[in-house]
Amino acid sequence: MFQLENVRYKNILKIDQLTIKKGLITCILGKSGSGKTTLLKLLNNMLGPDSGLIIFKDRNICKYDPIELRREIVMLPQNPVVFSNTIRDNFILTEKYAENPHAGDSRYKEILSKVGIDKKLDDSADNLSGGEKQRLALARVLLLNPGILLLDEPSSALDEKTEEKIIEMVVNYIKEKKGTLVMVTHSKKIAEKYSDVIITIDRGRIIDLALKEG
Amino acid sequence: MTDIIDISTLRLAVAYIFILILLFIVKINKVGHEGEIIIASIRMTIQLVLVGYVLTYIFDNPGLIYSLLILLIMEGFAIKNIYDRVNRELSKSMKLIIAMAMISGTMISIIYFIIAVINLKPWYQPQYFIPLSGMLIGNSMTGIALGTNGLIEGIRKNKDQIENALMLGARPEQATRDISNNAFYNAILPTINSMLGMGIVFLPGMMTGQILAGAPPLTAIKYQIAIMLGISGSVTLTVYIMVKAGIKTFFNERAQLEIF
Repeated sequence: MFQLENVRYKNILKIDQLTIKKGLITCILGKSGSGKTTLLKLLNNMLGPDSGLIIFKDRNICKYDPIELRREIVMLPQNPVVFSNTIRDNFILTEKYAENPHAGDSRYKEILSKVGIDKKLDDSADNLSGGEKQRLALARVLLLNPGILLLDEPSSALDEKTEEKIIEMVVNYIKEKKGTLVMVTHSKKIAEKYSDVIITIDRGRIIDLALKEG
Repeated sequence: MTDIIDISTLRLAVAYIFILILLFIVKINKVGHEGEIIIASIRMTIQLVLVGYVLTYIFDNPGLIYSLLILLIMEGFAIKNIYDRVNRELSKSMKLIIAMAMISGTMISIIYFIIAVINLKPWYQPQYFIPLSGMLIGNSMTGIALGTNGLIEGIRKNKDQIENALMLGARPEQATRDISNNAFYNAILPTINSMLGMGIVFLPGMMTGQILAGAPPLTAIKYQIAIMLGISGSVTLTVYIMVKAGIKTFFNERAQLEIF
């Protein structure tokens, strides 16, 4: 699905060769500042490489319309920002951004319960806790029903129990859809439990790529 | 109507007592900035005396070239002033957009105002053309400076929110809609506020000037109303052009946020 060849980004990332396969759960591990987020942002063209080639579906990523590309490869950033006003407004604005049809309250409620937020759609999004805000941001992403999902530390603000529940839900969702998930995580445990491939990055270079047996 | 009372040079000199009072207060309270106050009063005096002589010459020798030359100088100073008043370093493309917005927005407003509202004949008659253009340019300058600051600060403060929106598939103009709307509103707010207070909180400068010069108050207010409408049009147009084009300079052709 993604092929990176001799990709350089400032002095943050140096990847000689990397393939991310379709339909797999890929986890990226590494210390903070090692270039994990940069790698993710290169995959949806939020950043462009200084040199090298990123191929997405057999075509140079730079040949795609960046907006259309981000609608296909949806990314949840590490510190997601909830939009002002109510929880419903967050969903409506997301649909507007992606130019998706209006799904309506019942779909919003369904996704909200999926991410484990026990709130009303009219409740203020600003008053949510850190963990709830992170899950609302994940809910916004799921609303778009993406086939390819990039998650940057999606559970950093969650306790261990909630973290596992949420990750399991996302992983199952992607598997059901036969979608592709690339997830940056700090948790080796999560990576080992859910991923098909684990990429370990250190100081901008891939130091290990492990495939799960089977 | 009575003739205008001229102020003798001696009496004008007496008015400088106000600056002396200011300097005295600043000095005894150790506020500082005495040098700045002295320079400001000297500059104000020299600049106005020079303008007085230039205008006298141009009014005595009215001509299209002179009016346009003054207009060009006013535009040039206004654009330079905007660059100086913006708190952050401006990119080349942003500077160009500010200049284009100022020139196109004010020119359209000035031409419409002079021809359709005032019906000035010839349209470049300096006694009207220069001060009216000056007011439109001056107010648009303040508007654009406010709008540019609002735009730059808005983008910087909301960088994460913009990136969130882009990652959800938003187009740059969608991701920055609130920021550009806020920048636009904050830029036109002083104009709206001055319309609200006009005639009650203060008597506007142009109207006061005309009344002092012997014009009937009803004529003076008609001019004041017209110029206020002209100013709001010119500020709106210039700021709108700047915001719409300016917001694009924060993104590259790959719709990636680039903050300078």
